[in-house]
Amino acid sequence: MSAVLKNIVNQPYKHGFVTDIESDVAPKGLGENTIRMISAKKNEPTWLLEFRLKSYQAWLQMKEPTWPNVHYPKIDFQAISYYAAPKQKPKLKSIDEVDPELLRTFEKLGVPLHERMALAGVAVDVIFDSVSVATTYKHKLAEVGVIFCSMSEAVLEHPELVKKYLGTVVPTGDNYYAALNSAVFTDGSFCFIPKGVKCPMDLSTYFRINTEESGQFERTLIIAEEGASVSYLEGCTAPAFSTNQLHAAVVELVALDNADIKYSTVQNWYAGDENGIGGIYNFVTKRGLAKGVNSRISWTQVETGSAITWKYPSVILRGDNSVGEFYSVAVTNHLQQADTGTKMIHLGKNTRSTIVSKGISAGRSNNSYRGLVRIAPTAAGARNYSQCDSMLIGDQSGANTFPYIQVRNNTAQVEHEASTSKIGEDQLFYFAQRGVSAEAAVSMIINGFCKDVFQQLPMEFAVEATKLLGFKLEGSVG
Amino acid sequence: MINPNSPVLLEVRGLCASVNGIRILKDLDFTVKRGEVHAIMGPNGSGKSTFAKVLAGHTAYEVTAGTVLFEGRDLFALAPEERARAGVFLAFQYPIEIPGVANSQFLRLSYNTLQAQRGKEELDPLEFDDFVREKMKLLDMNPDFLDRSVNEGFSGGEKKRNEILQMALLEPRLAILDETDSGLDIDALRVVSQGVNQLTHKDNAIVLVTHYQRLLNYIVPDFVHVMESGRIIKTGAKELAVELETRGYDWVSAEHQAASETRAAGVTA
Repeated sequence: MSAVLKNIVNQPYKHGFVTDIESDVAPKGLGENTIRMISAKKNEPTWLLEFRLKSYQAWLQMKEPTWPNVHYPKIDFQAISYYAAPKQKPKLKSIDEVDPELLRTFEKLGVPLHERMALAGVAVDVIFDSVSVATTYKHKLAEVGVIFCSMSEAVLEHPELVKKYLGTVVPTGDNYYAALNSAVFTDGSFCFIPKGVKCPMDLSTYFRINTEESGQFERTLIIAEEGASVSYLEGCTAPAFSTNQLHAAVVELVALDNADIKYSTVQNWYAGDENGIGGIYNFVTKRGLAKGVNSRISWTQVETGSAITWKYPSVILRGDNSVGEFYSVAVTNHLQQADTGTKMIHLGKNTRSTIVSKGISAGRSNNSYRGLVRIAPTAAGARNYSQCDSMLIGDQSGANTFPYIQVRNNTAQVEHEASTSKIGEDQLFYFAQRGVSAEAAVSMIINGFCKDVFQQLPMEFAVEATKLLGFKLEGSVG
Repeated sequence: MINPNSPVLLEVRGLCASVNGIRILKDLDFTVKRGEVHAIMGPNGSGKSTFAKVLAGHTAYEVTAGTVLFEGRDLFALAPEERARAGVFLAFQYPIEIPGVANSQFLRLSYNTLQAQRGKEELDPLEFDDFVREKMKLLDMNPDFLDRSVNEGFSGGEKKRNEILQMALLEPRLAILDETDSGLDIDALRVVSQGVNQLTHKDNAIVLVTHYQRLLNYIVPDFVHVMESGRIIKTGAKELAVELETRGYDWVSAEHQAASETRAAGVTA
C-alpha cells in the first residue's frame, strides 16, 4: 500500500475523548446479585426481574459462538462492570437540569440536547454508559400519541406495552449475547407509534460509552401499530481506551399490518489503534418482525467502528406481502474485523426482500459478509434479491462472502450477485493526471461504490456518513 | 506551427528512467516550444509510452538521471496532480476504468479542480452539464456517456474520445497523446483528430506518440522524432513520417549506427 493510500485510510478517531464526570459504577462481576442490583436501581417490576433471571440461567447453559470469522481472546465476563451511570439528580424535569458536563459532551459529539439547538425535525434520546440522560421533543411527540423515551422509563410508565412485546422478536435464549443482554440490559430507547400515525419527525438515539471496563447492554424496542410509520436513527461513539469494551445490544422491531419501520445506523464506535489495541467488541442482535400484512422493515447500516463487529440485522417476513430490506456499508481498517450481514426469513406469501451489502477493507483488516435467505414452505411467491460487493484497498486486507440460501418453496425466486474490486494505483494515477488528489479520488470511488446504500439514509445521516467514510479511510490508499 | 521566437514549454535533458530496475530511457533530449506539434514514432519497446508516463509522473517509473523543465519549473519537483494542474495532460493509451463513478462527476471534479487552480469559476452540476455537452458535440459523443461509469464498458474508440473530451475540458498547455489513434476506425480517427486540431493554438503544444503515419495525415506535425532504445535518434519534418511508413525503421537505425561509429572513429583518430 502506497504512502498516499495509507494517509487517506489512517485518520485519527475524533470522538476518542473521555468525559470527566462522577459516575456510579457497579463493581465488576456477573451473578444473580448483579442482576438484582440492576433491576433494583431501576425500580423494576418483578416480572422483569424474572425475565432477567430466566435469561441469565439460559446464558449460563450456552456457549460463546465460534462460527464467526473473527478472532479475539476469550472474554472474561467477571472483569466487566455491568452498570455505570453519571451521578445526577434522581428525576429531571427539564433538559436544563442535565449535568452541564454531559451537555458539553454531546455538543462536542455534534448532538446538541437543547431543543432550540437540536436538529430540526429529529427527536433524540441520548444514552451515556448505562442510562438515558435526556430525550428531546418528548412532549411534542406525545401530542400525536407517539411514545419515545428510554427503556427504563417505558418499563415504569408503559409496562403493559413493554411486557407485551419485549423478547417476542429476539427470545431470551436466542443466542449467547442476546441471552446475556436479556439478563443485564441497562438502557436503550423505546418507541411506540400507535395505529395510523405517521411519526411526524425522525426518532434518534445516540449511544456513548464513557467508562473504561464497563459494558454497554443496550435494549431497544420499536413498535409500529397498524398503518403506522417511523424512521429511526442510531449513532454511536466511545472514548479511545487501550482495553476492549463490550457492547452487546438487542434491538427488536415489530411492524403490524401496513406498518413501516425504517431503521438507520451509523456505527462509529472506537475501533482500536493501528496495532489493534483497544476498541469496542460490538456483538449485536437486531431483528425485526414484519408481523402484519403489507408491513415493511428496512435496515440501513454504515458500520465504520468497533474492533470486532458481529451483527446481522434481520427481518422475519411473517405477514403476507411484507417487505424486508437490508442496506449495508461496512468499512474495516487496520486490524478491525467485521462479520456482518443479515437474515431474511420468508414465512408469508409474496414476501419480498432486498439485500445490498458493500464491504470495504483497508489496512490488514478482515471484512466478511454473512447472510441467510430462507424461504419457508409457506412462502409462496416469495422473492429475494441479494447483491454483495467487496472493495479492497491496498494488498493486505481481506474480504469474504458467505451467502446461505435455503429455498423450500418452488414458486420462490432468489437472486444473488457478488463482486470484488480494488482501488488500484492506476486508478489513482488516472485521477492525479486530471489534477485530482488521492484523497478526493478515494472519496469519489468509495462514494460511488456505496451510493446504493447512502441513498437509503436520511439526508443529514447521508452527509454524515459520507464525511465519516472520507475521514475513516484518509491515509489508507496507495 | 513553428515560430522561432516562441517560448520553450518543455525542455528534457539527458533523461534516464527505469522500471523494475530495467533501463528504458537512456539520455533522452527533447525540446518543445509553444504552438508546436511533435510526433514521436518508433518501434515497439523503444520507450515512447514510458517517456509519456514519466512526464506525467507515474510512480512505477524511476527517474535515474536528467532534468525536465516545464515552463522553466522543475517538473520532477511536482507531484502528478500538481503537474496536471500546471497544464501537463496525458491522454492515456489504455484509459482506466473506474466502476461506480459517473463520468459526469469525474469530469466535473477534474474540471473544477483545475478551474480553482487557475483562479477561475467552478461550475455546479447543472452549469457543467451544459458546458460539457457543448464540448461533446465537438467529438460527436452521445450525452449518455455522462451517466455511465468512467470508461467502464466503453469500446476502445469511446475511451479515446473520452480522453480527448478531457483535453477539451482541461485546456492543457502541453498535451501528450499516447497512441490515441490505436483502436480507432477511420471515421473515429477523423473526428478525434478534428477535435484535437480545434484545441490547438499558438500557446499550447501537442506531443503525439504513435506507431502509424495515418494519424499524421489529420494532425500535421511540425517535427517527427524517431525513438529507439530510449533515446531520439532522428528528427525531421512531417515528410519523415511518410518515409518511415514506406521504408520502416531499420534504415534510421542503421544510419544512426553508422553516424555513431563515424563519431567514435573520429574521436579515436
